[in-house]
Amino acid sequence: MNIFGSNNITTRFLSVWCRNWIVYLRTWKINFIPPLLEPILYVAAFGVGFRLLVPSVQFHGQEMSYVQFIAPALVAVSIMNSSFFETTYASFVRMYYQKTFDAMMSAPVSVQEVITGEIVWGATRSLMTAAVTLAVLSCFGLFPWPEAFWILPVAVLGGFAFAAIGMMFTGLIPNIELFNLPVFLFITPMFLFSGTFFSIDTLPEWAQWFALILPLTHLVNLCREICCGSVLSIGAITAGIYLVVFSAIFYPLALRTMRKRLIK
Amino acid sequence: MKNGSIIKVQDLRKVYGDTTAVDGISFKVNRGEIFGILGPNGAGKTTTIRMLYGFSPMTSGSLRVFDLDIETDWRAIRTRTGVCHQDNNLDPDLTVRENMHVFARYFAMPQKMAAERTEHLLKFIGLEQRKESKPPELSGGMMRRLILARALLNNPELIILDEPTTGLDPQSRHLVWERIGELKKTGITVLLTTHYMEEAARLCDRLIIIDYGRIITEGNPAELVKRHVGHEVIESSPVSEELCAFVKQRGLEYEVSGDRLLIYCREEDEDLFHEISHQYCRDNCALRTATLEDVFLRLTGRQLRE
Repeated sequence: MNIFGSNNITTRFLSVWCRNWIVYLRTWKINFIPPLLEPILYVAAFGVGFRLLVPSVQFHGQEMSYVQFIAPALVAVSIMNSSFFETTYASFVRMYYQKTFDAMMSAPVSVQEVITGEIVWGATRSLMTAAVTLAVLSCFGLFPWPEAFWILPVAVLGGFAFAAIGMMFTGLIPNIELFNLPVFLFITPMFLFSGTFFSIDTLPEWAQWFALILPLTHLVNLCREICCGSVLSIGAITAGIYLVVFSAIFYPLALRTMRKRLIK
Repeated sequence: MKNGSIIKVQDLRKVYGDTTAVDGISFKVNRGEIFGILGPNGAGKTTTIRMLYGFSPMTSGSLRVFDLDIETDWRAIRTRTGVCHQDNNLDPDLTVRENMHVFARYFAMPQKMAAERTEHLLKFIGLEQRKESKPPELSGGMMRRLILARALLNNPELIILDEPTTGLDPQSRHLVWERIGELKKTGITVLLTTHYMEEAARLCDRLIIIDYGRIITEGNPAELVKRHVGHEVIESSPVSEELCAFVKQRGLEYEVSGDRLLIYCREEDEDLFHEISHQYCRDNCALRTATLEDVFLRLTGRQLRE
């Protein structure tokens, strides 16, 4: 196992994950407020304010309220945001300002284990946020149980995918201000056009194809299928495969860009 | 391998694009000694150290630590080595104790052992009262000592200290020196880089001075002073022309630095100071012992390095 090669991943990455977990426990009370409040705000805005404009929505031949339509998308967005922001801004702070990675790599931990630990931690953040969002939205009766349980493994998969691409940006971006670029060019358009607030069927055809490239579209689809009780539908399985392939592409890319950035 | 070399470096080179940071250096560090790497800023000290513990890949050459190959056995090497970085890379969100415990995880150390080592080491560096403080609440000297304690967690056979006392007040610096001396007594091999010649002269058994990525001299501090500077130095300021002429005529080794004339005296030149101070510079002339700083400045020049 050559240190500068790429096959340097053992379970030692868990020690990196564990470091983040211990730091998280110090601030969990603050970290729990956004996923607790955000879904309530959305339900208030769209459930109360929007109800007269859009009385009901058709999806898969089912008639549902607008809030029911966007509830799975809200979970998907929370999955995306928590891991993406973790491996971009938060990892950048650890790497650049706190030099945490340098300290880890003076111990018997490889650069690949550091990055894997960070990405798996990002996926863990997604899991925790999704669980809270799901719990809050379930209080409004917006999720069917026990099917909604499937959201949790999906959060890990989706979280991993977005953590990997976020980490790749961290490997490429020269300074922390420039994270604005992937946020405005990648995250914000996805937030709006991935079938979150309206079905992508309503878009012009070229835009529909474009939406299909975006990972959030598939994560939203997957969550919505689960919500409609069709966990093993073709739509759900395709979306799942997309996310696995996406992760399989961007995880090695993240390892590569970060290795290039850290090892000189 | 009781008395053998802990580190063997042969023709080590590191090239970044157009610049050669380390240009073919070779040296050995013996078990149980304190070995110093000295050099001006940008001479290649930190780059060398980073290659030693497998952080940076070398461009060419060979490098063996504990008679193991850094590229393939890096995990075994790092398990037996402690590294004390120049930068503060403590976790600001964790307490002193947690910083130690989290670091122990990177070595896969059992938690009970980590707790015991932490207690012992915090006492060793005088931080047992600050266990629950967070690094931002500590002084610079305390943070540096904590980094030292952290580097000792895994009970290393070799400890690498990159400028361990830069920016510390005299009290903290002396405490770090004392601790390094104690570590040596326990048989740990120490590799250290420093800008402070007093530190190197006091601690190092042997040292190398590097500049522009090359070794320019190697040896024991006292021996280096003798070899390159001599016994004593006469400093005279301002520089008088008569004195210069005298020095040249006598064939003495000298150097002009700004408005200061430095004359390097050998042991046999005992009466020289008497002669010079009486004839040329009664008031503005001083005799002092030659130091490693003289060696350093003579060999690396006096111009600034950025």
